[in-house]
Order: sequence, then C-alpha cells, then structure tokens
Amino acid sequence: MELNSKVPAGPLAGKWDKHKFDVKLVNPANKRKYEVIVVGAGLAGASAAATLSELGYRVKCFVYHDSPRRAHSIAAQGGINAAKNYQNDGDSIHRLFYDTIKGGDFRAREANVYRLAQNSVSIIDQAVAQGVPFAREYGGLLSNRSFGGAQVSRTFYARGQTGQQLLLGAYAQLEKEIARGGVEMFNQYEMLDLVVVDGHARGIVARNLVTGAIETYAAHAVLLATGGYGNVFYLSTNAKHSNATAIWRAYKRGAAFGNPCYTQIHPTCIPVSGDHQSKLTLMSESLRNDGRVWVPKKQGDKRAPGQIPEDERDYYLERRYPSFGNLAPRDISSRSAKYVCDEGRGVGDTGLGVYLDFSDAIKRLGKKTIAERYGNLFEMYQRITDEDPYEVPMRIYPAVHYTMGGLWVDYNLMSTVPGCFVLGEANFSDHGANRLGASALMQGLSDGYFVIPYTIGDYLAGLKPQPVDAAAPEFRAAADETRARLQKLLSIKGKRTPTSFHRQLGKIMWDKCGMARNRAGLAEAITEIRALREEFWTNVNVIGEVGSLSQQLEIAARVADFIELGELMCRDALHREESCGGHFREEYQTEDGEALRNDDAFAYVAAWEYAGDQAEPRLHKEPLEYENVKLSTRSYK
Amino acid sequence: MQLVRNFWQSQIGKKVVMAVTGLILVGFVVGHMVGNLQVFQSAAKLNAYGYFLKHTVGGALWAVRGVLLASVILHVVAAVQLTRQKQAARPSGQGYQKYEPQISTFASRTIRWGGFLLLAFIVFHILHFTTLTIYPDYSPTDVYNNVVKGFQIPWVTAFYVLAMGALALHLFHGAWSSLRTLGLSRPAARPTARPIVTALAGLVALGFAVVPLAVFFGAVQPAAPEQGIPAEALEASALQQSAGAPAGASTTAPTSTLAGH
Amino acid sequence: MKITLHVWRQAGPKAAGKLETYTLGHVSPDMSFLEMFDVLNEELVEAGKEPVAFSHDCREGICGSCAMMINGAAHGPMKGTATCQLHMRSFKDGDEIWVEPWRARAFPILKDLVVDRSALDRIIQAGGYISANTGGARDANEILIPKPDADSAMDAAACIGCGACVAACPNASASLFTAAKISHLGHLPQGQPERFRRVLTMVEQMDIEGFGHCTLYGECQEACPKLISIDTISRMNRDYLKATLTKRPEPTVEYAG
Repeated sequence: MELNSKVPAGPLAGKWDKHKFDVKLVNPANKRKYEVIVVGAGLAGASAAATLSELGYRVKCFVYHDSPRRAHSIAAQGGINAAKNYQNDGDSIHRLFYDTIKGGDFRAREANVYRLAQNSVSIIDQAVAQGVPFAREYGGLLSNRSFGGAQVSRTFYARGQTGQQLLLGAYAQLEKEIARGGVEMFNQYEMLDLVVVDGHARGIVARNLVTGAIETYAAHAVLLATGGYGNVFYLSTNAKHSNATAIWRAYKRGAAFGNPCYTQIHPTCIPVSGDHQSKLTLMSESLRNDGRVWVPKKQGDKRAPGQIPEDERDYYLERRYPSFGNLAPRDISSRSAKYVCDEGRGVGDTGLGVYLDFSDAIKRLGKKTIAERYGNLFEMYQRITDEDPYEVPMRIYPAVHYTMGGLWVDYNLMSTVPGCFVLGEANFSDHGANRLGASALMQGLSDGYFVIPYTIGDYLAGLKPQPVDAAAPEFRAAADETRARLQKLLSIKGKRTPTSFHRQLGKIMWDKCGMARNRAGLAEAITEIRALREEFWTNVNVIGEVGSLSQQLEIAARVADFIELGELMCRDALHREESCGGHFREEYQTEDGEALRNDDAFAYVAAWEYAGDQAEPRLHKEPLEYENVKLSTRSYK
Repeated sequence: MQLVRNFWQSQIGKKVVMAVTGLILVGFVVGHMVGNLQVFQSAAKLNAYGYFLKHTVGGALWAVRGVLLASVILHVVAAVQLTRQKQAARPSGQGYQKYEPQISTFASRTIRWGGFLLLAFIVFHILHFTTLTIYPDYSPTDVYNNVVKGFQIPWVTAFYVLAMGALALHLFHGAWSSLRTLGLSRPAARPTARPIVTALAGLVALGFAVVPLAVFFGAVQPAAPEQGIPAEALEASALQQSAGAPAGASTTAPTSTLAGH
Repeated sequence: MKITLHVWRQAGPKAAGKLETYTLGHVSPDMSFLEMFDVLNEELVEAGKEPVAFSHDCREGICGSCAMMINGAAHGPMKGTATCQLHMRSFKDGDEIWVEPWRARAFPILKDLVVDRSALDRIIQAGGYISANTGGARDANEILIPKPDADSAMDAAACIGCGACVAACPNASASLFTAAKISHLGHLPQGQPERFRRVLTMVEQMDIEGFGHCTLYGECQEACPKLISIDTISRMNRDYLKATLTKRPEPTVEYAG
C-alpha cells in the first residue's frame, strides 16, 4: 500500500485554487450517468448528497435513522468557526489555519487544514442563504463569540443548537433534492459492507432495518460520512447508535485507518450516576468561562460542598495553569480531573467527578446574569441530576466526545480504496491529535459542500459513463458474507447480552486507552480485548432474526466491530511513543506532567492496513511536513 | 374555480370557512341577544322591535336570513367533513388505550357534540318562535306574549338554558379559535388565558338565558296582547288568520289558559 | 423503586398488538426513562424473550428519535422534555406506567413502539426549504436580519421532528410541525421568495399524508419538547389565506422551435 497524499505543489494559500483548476471536470451532460452512494446524512453526508445532486449526479443516500434529520451532528451545541473577521479582532484565514494546526498539536496535514480555513468563510454564507437562524445583533449583523479559549471571536452560533440548525439546513437542501428526484433516500438502512470490484469501490451491502432484507447497491463511487467511533468506549457523548461499522468494513476491504488512537475527551460532562448509565451528556464548554473547578484537598472528603471551607478546597486548574486557569484546553482539563480523582479526591457518590462552582460568579455578576448566560444549561443539568446549580456546585467529569482518527484520505478525501471517499468525522484529516471547539461542524460542511463536489469529479471523469455492473460476483459474495455473519451472531445463543460485552469493552478502553495511557496497560488491553472477542463469538446471546426489525442484532453486529476497532486503537496508542493532543502516554511527559511530543520520530500519520483477522495490521506512515508553521510546544501555564 | 376547490379541499381552507361563518354567527347571536333583552323594557318595545324587523327591514331580512342559513350550512358541512377526516387520521381501534388531555379545555373537547346540540336547538327554536310550528296558536306579531307562554313550560326553559350553556362553551372555544384560524390574533404566551372571549361567551349565554329564567320564575309577566303593533298591521294579520287558518283560533284558547296558571 | 409497566407489543406492521405487563424491581430514580427500558430489555434478553423495540438515539433531547406515549401523554409528564430526558424520579415507587407508540394513520407502527414518521419528511420535501444551491450565496452579513426576527425564526426552528404534536393531538394533526417550519422560514428575508408557494404545497402534503385538522386544542404545544407555540399555526393559516388570495397561475413555459 502506498500513501500518496496528492497535496498540490505550490504556496499554501494557492494550493486549493490551483487544485480546483487542475482537477478534471465531468461533462454536464454526462453527470447524470454517474451514480454516487452517500452513507450517512449528518453534516458531511447531507451536504455532500444535496450538493452532488445539484450538480447533476444521481445520488443514493443511506441512513440508519428513520429520517436524515436525526444524525448526531444535531447534538453539537457550541458553534461553528469561520475566519470572517466580522469582529475586526485580527482573525484571518491564516490565523484559523494556525490555531487549528497548533490545537491539533502539529499532527494534521497543513494543506488540508488551510483549505478548511478557506472554506469556513463560504460555509457561513451558504448556511445563512439556507435560512439557518444564527444569532444576530440588534443591527441585524451576525453575532460571534469566542469559544474554547480562542483569542478571537470567530464562532457563529444559533443558541445552544448550532449543530441542529446547520444540520437542518443541510437536511432541507437534501429534501429539496429528494423532491426534485436527484437523490433517492434510503431511511432505516444500515451499511454492512463495502463492495470492491477490481480494486475500486463499486457499491455497498446494506440491511433494511425494517424488513431485515440484505440488499446490494452499485455506484461509481461510495462516500462514507458515517461519523466517529467514540462509542468504542461504550459511554460517550455520541448517540446510542453511532457506530464504526461502515468505516470498519471499509477498513477490512482495504481502506487504511489513520491515527485510530486520537480520541478527544471532553472535560465538562455530567458524571456517571450508576451502572444503568447508557450514555453521557455534554455540558457546553462555555460554562468554564465563569465556573471555577475544584475538589477537596483531603482525600475521601465526603462533606457537602458548602461545608468545605475555602482553604480546604483545591482549585487545581487555577493552581497549575495560572494564566489559563479554568480555561485550559480540553485535553489538559480532562487529564487534570482524572488525576485528582485518581488521588481519591473526586466528588459525588462514585468519586468520579469534580466541582464546577458558580457561587463566586453569582456573587460577582448576580444570579440574573448567570441565568441569562447559562440558564438553559443549568436547567438541563438540573433535569438530569436533580441538583440546582445555582445553589450547589455542578459535578462534572470528562467523557469521550470526538475521534480525530478515522479512515485515511488523500487531499481529495479519497481513501486507499479508489472510489471510496470519506468525509467528516469518519476521516482522519483535519484535526491532528486534538480538535478545537467549534471546528467539527466546520469540517463536516467543508468536506460536503465545498471539497467533495470538486474532487469527486476528478475521479469520476476517469471512468466511462456507463452503468456499474451490479451483477458482478463481488456483490453477491459480499451480501452472502454479511448474511453469514449475522446468522452466525444469531446462532451462538450464548449467555451474555451484546450490551454487556460492549460495556466490558468500554471499561477496558476507558481504563487503559483513555485519558492517560501506558505501555503495560495498552499491552494488557490488547490481550483482554482479544479474549473478549473470543468470548463474544462463543457466548453472545442475540435475540431476533435477520429477516425482520431486530434491534439486538443491530447492536450485536456493531459491538463485534467495536471490539476489533478497540484493539486497533490500543495498538496505535502503543506504537505512538510520544504524547500529543488527546493521546497522552504517561512515559512521555515533562517533569511537571505536560505532554512530551517527539517530532523527530512521530511527525507522521499512522495509517493501518488490514492484514487478516488473526494477523497484526500493517503500519504505513505518511510523513507530515510543515513548510508554513514552526513546530512549537503548547504551553498554557 | 380551481382555487376555490383547492381551498375547500384543504383542511385549513375548511377551517377558514368555519371561522368566517362562525364569526358571522357570533355577530348574529350578539345582536339577537341584545334584541331579546328588550323583553325587560316592555311588551310594546319588544313587539315593536319584532315588527320593525319584519316590516321595516322587510326584504333585507330575507337576505340576512339567507346569509345566516348559508353560514350554518357551511359551518356544519365543514365540521362534519373535518370530523370525518380526523376520525380517519386516527381510526377508532387504532387509538390509545390510555390518553390524558394535558391542557385542552372542556369546551374544545366537546365542541363537536356541543355543536350538534346547538344545531338541534336552532331547529327547535325556529320551529318554536319563528315558524310557530310547534305551538301554532302563538301570535305572529305578539312576540312578548309568545315568549312568556313559551318559557312557562319547565322543559322548554330547561332545554333553552342547557342550550345556552352549550353556546357559552361553543363560543369560548370557537370565537377564540376562529381568530387564531384566520391568523388575526396576537401571539399569546398562554393560550388558556383569553379574557375577552371568556367575557363574550359568558355575557352572551347569560343574556340569552336570563329571559327564559326570568319568565319561568315570574319576573316577566304576561302582558295585554299585541302591544306595540300598529293597528293596521293587526287588522291585516287578523284578516289573514281568519281567511287562512280557521283551526288556529280554536287552539289559541286552551294554550292561553294553560299559560295563565 | 418498583415499577409496573404496561407496554404496547406488536410484532409487525400488520400484526395485532396488545399491552403486556412487566415488573421491574430495582429502578433507580436517577435512571432516564429509556435507561429503564434498557434494563427491561436486558432482563428480557437474559430470559430469552424478545426485547421491546423502541426508537432512540442521541438521548439528549435533540435528535427527535424517541417517541413514547407515557401514561397517556406524549413524552410523559414533564413539560418541555423529550422521553429520553425524562427521569424516573418523576415517578413514585410502586407506580404503574402505560407506554404506547405514537398513534396516527400517517405514522404506521413498524414494531412495538417504533413508528414510521417519514410522512414528516415528505411534508418538508413539499417545500420546507429555501432553494439555495451550494455556491451561489452572497456574504452572510449582506442580509441584515433584525434580532427579534432571528429569534422568532429560531424559536420555530427548534423543532426536532419527533412527532409528539401529532401523537398528542386528538385529531392527529401535524399542524404544529408544518407551521413551525413555515414560521421559521417565513420570519427570515431569505425565506420570502418562496413563502407563499411553500405554504400551499406543504399544507397540501399535510392533507395527502392523512393528518387531521387543527382544532386548536393546544395539546401539541403542551407536548412539544421544544415548547413551540401554536402561534405558529396562526401564522401558517394567515400565510395560507394570503397565498390563496394572491396566487397567480404559474406561467407555462413555451419552447421555441
């Protein structure tokens, strides 16, 4: 396998323009002769499907939801970054590019990130044209806020529902194209395999989740926009059904997996309340603007927070990072919370939580101001925990939130399987080892609205405008394999539920491949996951049948893939002997406990190639060359 | 034409028809109610008012009646068709085993049954006081004494009062929702708070119901016949009666005696 | 807590369904309503029984997947809350809870508590969008939108498409859903060019799908997890009326040659 990033030559700022001119175009009359499959209808999938249909391609779009409006992009709260510089505070495309590269701890591809920053500007224009109700000032201009510790105000937002509004904008365009006949929509279909013919992606195997029918669909290109794989950890802020099956199946068909160990753990989530916990809920990071994070100084101090006097509290972020304090970046805040809890100073029944205290802010600004800023978040918190954050400090704990890793793609967003493109969180491309706040929405929409419409043409123009042979034996073979795999799951009839395996996998991953990792732990994790996989395939109890709506079967098939992916994540984490961004290896830290990067040995993308179920995957390296930024060490002291 | 058909076929179109006809009928009942209250002034006043409507307004009265009749028909036809649609939208047998209304008013939930009760009442009322079909011995001109006679019968009074209760509920929901259906109302934070409509429904129902109750409990007493009607009109009507309805005279007497008790 | 559940079970779209009774002995008040269903399903699977199928995904009250009629109220007893954000502390030890699917002809039941809500998508397809193909947009700040208009648009745009309005409505009407989209786009300058065309086509589709009419009961507003107001329905009706009165036949295109 050869990794060719296909980054155009020339100065950084001109690469994308040059590339847009260099790519081949498809004759407008021929566009309707090309079929494109889009899997997923989140920000990346919906925007790509709608835009490709507008261009004239025939699109088939598959989602496991009952409507394309339900993808998990909808849950993004904070906002979307764009280098508009509407606030006249010194923002620019170059600054957004630099912040993103630096925030990613210098593990992302320069050219991709620059293009992302360029496209950010058009995204806002496009979204407004669609009717996305971004927040406005009284004069009618767009409002911005600063987010996630950025030095400029470049985040556009629609209350706390920015993801929802952007997704509904893309969804509306998708529905428009469905009505026009350009997109054929397949709701409640789950992609279960990628069909590769002569080395090119030529279709998918999908299961109709209502009837259970296993069906195959052929196309000239397949776009995977299926989101991240944070649910490997069982508990995450992802939606319950978010899964890795589409990208994992593509991986097993030859698409390399880039940087699987890069996981973002968000510091401000509502802590686990008990064994029944099914998912975690994020509280917007903006809370840290006014809340102070603390734990008791004494171990096992079970007094109520109000009973703990000021001098017995440890405001550990303010203590360790005097200049950034409570606004320290996500990875640092998360790790610090883990350390104090590991020391036995965590709060709440489980001891896995820290306080986020607004009492000083309420004293200083008044309850009314705090209510105006965070009213809806406080209400959400109270609904879930039954505690009033105006009276008692919130309890928060980190949770898995985003996966920077994903299928490896070149500058055209094409994976190592020609014809298989990967968009949004499902690819590895733009965030390096850590993603900045309000950048996920930006990437999904950039890929879908403004990158793939150009780059897919370059690939399709090389194909004859003739229908894909849907009768090729590869289609039937892939469908048979899928059916056999599902039948196998049903036939085991063991003693444990699929969810119990998922929970166990999650615990292994969280303990050993979570916020802090080490060599011994990762090696153990690999052994444990292998054993878990063994047990899963001999002792899982799946109730249902292939040929009907069977939610347990859906879960089981996803868990089977999560188990395999979990192992790859540990393997990648084990091999990367440095700390960077969301990947913190305990062996590689400075004296005061900060991440220690090793640019000489690890300034590359780790792309893993599948080599068989029992064989170890093969590692390929795409070196990261920085021509425009100087690699530096992040410091938030 | 196509436009009219599309409009009628759409549920909003039908609702608009119901709202417009409903508001016409609201206007009518308010006027009717105010007219009725003249019974408390004097027999002459009320009879003169009846005479004024019939003779001075004359032909225009038929135009008004035409509009009212058309309104009632459209209102009822639209209501029946919408009810059928609603039943199809959640067929019986596919409904909830357990359903708890959260905020909808009793008035809104009973609007269809109340409507049918009102329809039955209107028919009865027209037969009772307009065409005089139920009690043909009533005088076509002596409105006052007809009213008094009518409401001395307990079940008639009871029926009228019950119907006015239904009217209050119908107005409380109908008048309010008509304006909303037409998009004329201002946005409201709490749709259950509707002071103006509450007052309207209460006053109209009370204004109507007070007449039968007043008669029944003796606050309004029979008066000398045919007060307030011009003499020539009486003569004309007497001529008509003797010529056209010989049986009429014989039934008049017993009813009058009955009413005298 | 001990909870007795009466849950609608239906094997498939055509099958007859009925309420089945289950008892859960150890329900924590901190559980969400759906987590209680997770526990029930784990118990059913362990006993070798078919678990209850139900729709859910984000469990943060925003994706609109979850849909349960709980004790006769759409999304249960708590106002402004989707089923997934309802917690068991809203119930008492020993409570009996009835759980049914959304019921409407336009929402056929697929299995147990799962219904097909694609009718709502088709209403959007009928015109619930601004035709803005990618690429032609002008600078976002060239369109000035007064803050109150942007706020009103956002209030209506908060709809999550869960269908609770239909479920709660005694007429099974989708008026609130349709009106929310019409209001969202109608409040914005970008939405004006298609405003009156949109309302005609969306309302027509709402009829075609077999939803009932609006009697302004107000049940939809009460059930809506995003508290969308029935004022939007007034707005929709007003636009519909205006659209009907001002509609001109669309010119038929004649091709030369």
